[in-house]
Amino acid sequence: MTKEINKQPQEKQPSQSRRTVLKALAGIPVLGYFGYELMHKISVDKNKSAGLIKELGLDDLQAPKEITNAADGKLLRIGMIGFGNRATALARALGFASSSKIESMQENGTIKEWQQQDNLNVAIVGICDVFDLHAKKGLEVAACKTPAGNGKPSELPVKRYRTYKEMLQDDSIDAVIVATPDHHHARITTDAVKAGKHVYCEKSIALTEDELNEVYTAVKNSDRVFQLGHQITQNAIFQQAKQIIKKDILGKITLVETTTNRNTASGAWIRNLDANGKPKPGDLNSIDWDQWLGNRPKVPFSLDRYYNWTKFFDYDTGMLGQLFSHEYDAVNQLLRMGIPKSAMASGGIYYWKDNRDIPDTLNVSWEYPERNMTLIYSASLANSRQRGRVFMGHDASMELGGSLTITADNNSTKYKDKIKDGTIDTSSPMIVVNPGSGDIDAVTSATEKYYASRGLTSTVINGKRVDVTHLHVKEWINCIRHGGTTSANIERAFEEGVTILMAQKSYVEKRRTEWDPVLRKIV
Amino acid sequence: MNINKTYSTVQLVSLVALRMIVGWHILYEGVSKMLLPNWTSANFLNESQWILSGVAHWIVSNSAVLNAVDFLNIWGLIAIGLGLILGLFTRTASIAGALLVFLYYLNNAPIIGIEYSVPTEGSYLIVSKTLIEAVALFVLYLFPTGKIIGLDAFISRYFNKTK
Repeated sequence: MTKEINKQPQEKQPSQSRRTVLKALAGIPVLGYFGYELMHKISVDKNKSAGLIKELGLDDLQAPKEITNAADGKLLRIGMIGFGNRATALARALGFASSSKIESMQENGTIKEWQQQDNLNVAIVGICDVFDLHAKKGLEVAACKTPAGNGKPSELPVKRYRTYKEMLQDDSIDAVIVATPDHHHARITTDAVKAGKHVYCEKSIALTEDELNEVYTAVKNSDRVFQLGHQITQNAIFQQAKQIIKKDILGKITLVETTTNRNTASGAWIRNLDANGKPKPGDLNSIDWDQWLGNRPKVPFSLDRYYNWTKFFDYDTGMLGQLFSHEYDAVNQLLRMGIPKSAMASGGIYYWKDNRDIPDTLNVSWEYPERNMTLIYSASLANSRQRGRVFMGHDASMELGGSLTITADNNSTKYKDKIKDGTIDTSSPMIVVNPGSGDIDAVTSATEKYYASRGLTSTVINGKRVDVTHLHVKEWINCIRHGGTTSANIERAFEEGVTILMAQKSYVEKRRTEWDPVLRKIV
Repeated sequence: MNINKTYSTVQLVSLVALRMIVGWHILYEGVSKMLLPNWTSANFLNESQWILSGVAHWIVSNSAVLNAVDFLNIWGLIAIGLGLILGLFTRTASIAGALLVFLYYLNNAPIIGIEYSVPTEGSYLIVSKTLIEAVALFVLYLFPTGKIIGLDAFISRYFNKTK
């Protein structure tokens, strides 16, 4: 049946050896063909995407370079006012962490990224917190023996201040970082710049128009550097989005939709229990309650208010101040639309039926008739379906978060021919920029994941993963040392403050609010 | 290994053809991952839901382990693919390939009741193309051809000479 018997050649026959050699090399031409086809495919793919990218004028889309020389000059002595979770992250962005945090970073493999952070040549020399436990934590972090970027401990003593005013009076502090609950932000920032300190303040900037005007005037009248805590502009993807907008890839943008999508108790600011369901610590002996309340209505001590302050209008504006502020900043940095003409908000407490004031479902639209544009914020604390942040233009839509995708519009005028000839497929993204796809964050909590999906945690610069908050404080420090304007400066902060307060007023008073540009007042 | 195993020409051609096409596929899987600047197995591992989901999620959660897995994956696939096409260390390549592909199957098996967010391109019930490829590699391991058509011929000759 068989013409030839093929054996695994053990007994070699010299006459057959040439044949054997040829057979042994049979895989080489197959591999050669594979290589040929591979090159062919690479070149076809390259031409296809390069052609479109070139035609759109995006071939020189570059990732930004890092600010380099923030560290030179004199040691900057920083005081931290408020030392909760956000302050811990800010201290880490400055290069300081507690030994237990360093240990956990070693365990989850993020230590290298942190250590590679630039040494900003700063020292945390003062901690002010009304809660003894937080102050103690702050002192420990400030005394970090191995700061990031091969920094050396400053050897300067770290002092705990009982009140922020006491800290502001101290000449041994050059700059302060304000990470208290929101109801202190405007007042502390105002007092701090008046006392000659540079200020990095967490969002949101103010809870009332009076406070907003006061802080605006104080910062404007001083030569101190102010930065609001909106780190998103530092994301590399964001710089690319800026170029895309500039090159008019989207066509005329008439609608921008921003969202919040969270569905956890912690996401809804119920944070008075620890991971084991036990109440978190704190009592009148360890918390200076009067100071915590500040100029807000005097109420009896409450751990609920202390930990879950976001739930109450006395201390902040809920989702508007905490989450929309980042959304607004992202849109305003790109489109520079400033203060809207009007705002209309509606919503309610439909799911988290506790003692809260803030709505868990909120929809707001702001009108910019001069720009022919509407900004929408649709937020839920009871559903986490991922809705992006979308810029809608006549020719394409851009979704901007941790990554960036642009999808051409079916009825686009600009891309009509390309859609017709099949170069552009409107059912899938036309351009995707995903700088971080190869790296995995050690994001664990729902809140962290939420922030990561919105581009608020880290970015990739020169192939290196960098914490965006680090870049944001670095920009602030760079401006302190070398002059220049911060990206979230007081003008942006004022525009954002007005936008938020217009919506807040609209929600509370159940009516449409407007901005009077002459009186500079919400009416 | 049954050294004296003999194949008819048709059998030999079929086995070598199978070896080459499976090798081609595996080589390209490796090369294409290498060419993607930020490729990671994390997306695939995140989908894992069956018996290996615990291990898969542990790998993803640990960036050092994930980097190692990504590296081994890319270069493992390339080495196995080259081995199968060239007939070099064919048996090792076959069994390593069978195990690796079977691992892919376990992480993405079409088991009743498990749904994956990435749609498949065919219709599968327990058996998927991945499983078939794993079994094919096992068959190639049992029916080696590298010493007849492949660089293993040189290796075996060299070893026989030095004996």
